[in-house]
Amino acid sequence: MTMKRRLGAVLALVTTTTLALSACSSGSSGNPPQSKSDLYTHPVTLTWWHNANTDGPLKTYWQKVADDFHALHPTVTIQITAVETNDLQRNKIPAALLSGNPPDVFQAWGGGEMVEQVQSNYLKDITADTKDIVTNIGPAASIWAVDGKQYGLPFDFGIEGFWYNKDLFTQAGISGPPATLDDLNADIAKLKQANITPISVGAGDKWPAGHWWYNFALRECSAQALSDAGTKQNFDDPCFVKAGQDLQTFLATKPFQQDFLATPGQTGANSSAGLVANGKAAMELMGAWDGGVMGSLTKDQKEPGFLSWFPFPSVSGGAGNQTADMGGGDGFACSKNAPAECVEFLKYIDSPDVQKGFAGTGAGIPVVKGAELGLADPVLQTIAKATQSAGGIQLWLDTQFGATAGTAMNDAIVAIFAGKGDPQGVVTALKQATAR
Amino acid sequence: MRPAGRLTARPAGPRPRETTRAARTRRKWYEIIGLTTPAVVVFSMFVLAPMAFAMYYSLYKWNGYGWPTQFKGLENYFGPFGAFKDPIFRDALRNNAIIVVGSLLIQGPLALGIALLLNRKFRGRAVFRMLVFVPYVLAEVTVGIMWQLILLRGSVADSILSSLGLGHFITGWLANLNVVIWTMLFILTWKYTGFALILFLAGLANVPEELTEAAAIDGASWWQIQRHITIPLIGSTIRIWMFLSIIGALQVFDVIWVASTPAVRSLGASNTMATYMVDHGFNERQWGYGNAVAVILFVISLLAALVFQRFVLRRDIEGAQTGRAR
Repeated sequence: MTMKRRLGAVLALVTTTTLALSACSSGSSGNPPQSKSDLYTHPVTLTWWHNANTDGPLKTYWQKVADDFHALHPTVTIQITAVETNDLQRNKIPAALLSGNPPDVFQAWGGGEMVEQVQSNYLKDITADTKDIVTNIGPAASIWAVDGKQYGLPFDFGIEGFWYNKDLFTQAGISGPPATLDDLNADIAKLKQANITPISVGAGDKWPAGHWWYNFALRECSAQALSDAGTKQNFDDPCFVKAGQDLQTFLATKPFQQDFLATPGQTGANSSAGLVANGKAAMELMGAWDGGVMGSLTKDQKEPGFLSWFPFPSVSGGAGNQTADMGGGDGFACSKNAPAECVEFLKYIDSPDVQKGFAGTGAGIPVVKGAELGLADPVLQTIAKATQSAGGIQLWLDTQFGATAGTAMNDAIVAIFAGKGDPQGVVTALKQATAR
Repeated sequence: MRPAGRLTARPAGPRPRETTRAARTRRKWYEIIGLTTPAVVVFSMFVLAPMAFAMYYSLYKWNGYGWPTQFKGLENYFGPFGAFKDPIFRDALRNNAIIVVGSLLIQGPLALGIALLLNRKFRGRAVFRMLVFVPYVLAEVTVGIMWQLILLRGSVADSILSSLGLGHFITGWLANLNVVIWTMLFILTWKYTGFALILFLAGLANVPEELTEAAAIDGASWWQIQRHITIPLIGSTIRIWMFLSIIGALQVFDVIWVASTPAVRSLGASNTMATYMVDHGFNERQWGYGNAVAVILFVISLLAALVFQRFVLRRDIEGAQTGRAR
């Protein structure tokens, strides 16, 4: 018995010592920061995880970017792993960060998730090396910053709006895109009269339904209320309930396709994007990537020529900024102990030529000024202009609030869509989300 | 234990004195330790340790970053926001119960009926057997996507129903929140009946033909023979299938994950304990809470297994085919 106990004590001691040691090593800054002169002197391998896992222009382009960087700096070799975005964000990156052996460069979406990663001391502070680029990018870069320190750089950023079918609009006798919610409601009535499904929504995936509420909240809530919600988790402003009421009123007009709870957002021809792409619905509220998604869901694998775009209409009487838009983007971050070359690579991705090349892939809207000239797609050009002239940009609320509160909020919004929830439910869900 | 030791004991060798009782016992223990160590190590590492970790993590509020530090005791289970207080988790429990009972009541009799029919000799029997078994061989994800396409509004299922004059039954098979769980049960039945069938056919192959022949000579009808001879004789097979079916139904994940959307799951219409666990543990990044759900799922499965073993499977395990009548 004593023998056993002593063995147990030794084991416990060994375990705690190891834990303490590893805590120390991860607590300190790890490798001493390399000085500038050290850059590109030693051979370095950068592991890079991104989400362009399906064969397409972006996947090809990222490989080219890695190859070009290696050609420019032969000491740096880049190893790419491409993972489906949800799996990457929810499983692969958290597990790798936790294991203490994360990739050097990995996809980062900013917002609440990045705050959590910074709190756990997983990310490299790149503030000093990226000042110029951050200035060039403008306000969007702040989404990849926490407490004034930069931890990642976006390569793509755009606002959300309606992707609509010009031909179907004409067919229904609609002359131009709606500017107000009342206009939109009138257009919906016209489309229904012409036997056209007005709007498709991928409510099955929850977040596409969530975006409807986000936009109503953006129109109803003052900048102060939104900022308090984001930074202080304060949802007491009645505007958040008002947003849900707006959504309920809107849902009562039955603007969406049948069975929307079973409709995914972007997989297959029967997804909400597929319905618009194949002429079965007139419009969809979605981010700037939607054109690329629709292009992959048509018979000829091309983005339909009938597509056009308009921003979320204004809501009369709303206390919010009626010219602001919801938006978001993609970026990359370096893990804490990544070599200094990692930061150089992030900067390279945001260099004008690489950004122009990215614009050419049609996969998104570049963030560096001037690079939008590389956009070939007229709809993306429209969105790029609208992004620059937006009266304000609010990050996707689920991204901003982080996975836990964000998902709870989306669940409660979906309940409104299903007729099972009410406007107060969203606020309650947000307040309770952090309890678990 | 003893026979094993005796069997492997070396015959009197160069050191006859050592083959005393103590030495034999010692050698027996070396052998046991030597032979079981690899299995014990693997089992501990990949079964026991993860279970212990899950129980440990389930006591914390943890978002998966860093190590868990916010101790919450049993709040993830019984607290005001614990699993048992969440109506959606209770929906998951109800859905699991529907699938367990539905599987037993539908798949069992269905498979037994088909097995008895297919147990007769007729041309093309092998083809029929294979056809019924095909759904079981298909990957769960394939099955889920296939049925999703078939059950889409206005798709194959709806046109078949309309042409049968049953058009007024058509609903959103995957969107109507009151119907989805029954749709799921239908898909699961379609998929897993073949599994029950193959087990039953194997059991039937072991029923001696002499018994049925003798009964037939005594004037028993086909149905009487099945009822009083064949079915009792494959009782142990049926009970094993019931056991596997219950455990499978408690842990069902893939088909539901693929065939019903996240929205329908999160509204409690089709979710099960396993999908609820992944939705919250990974997607909502409540790792501590997700582990608590995993532990609940484990305990329920374990209890079901123990109760079933104790009261139903015992006589099979003890080797008696007929045993005491109940």
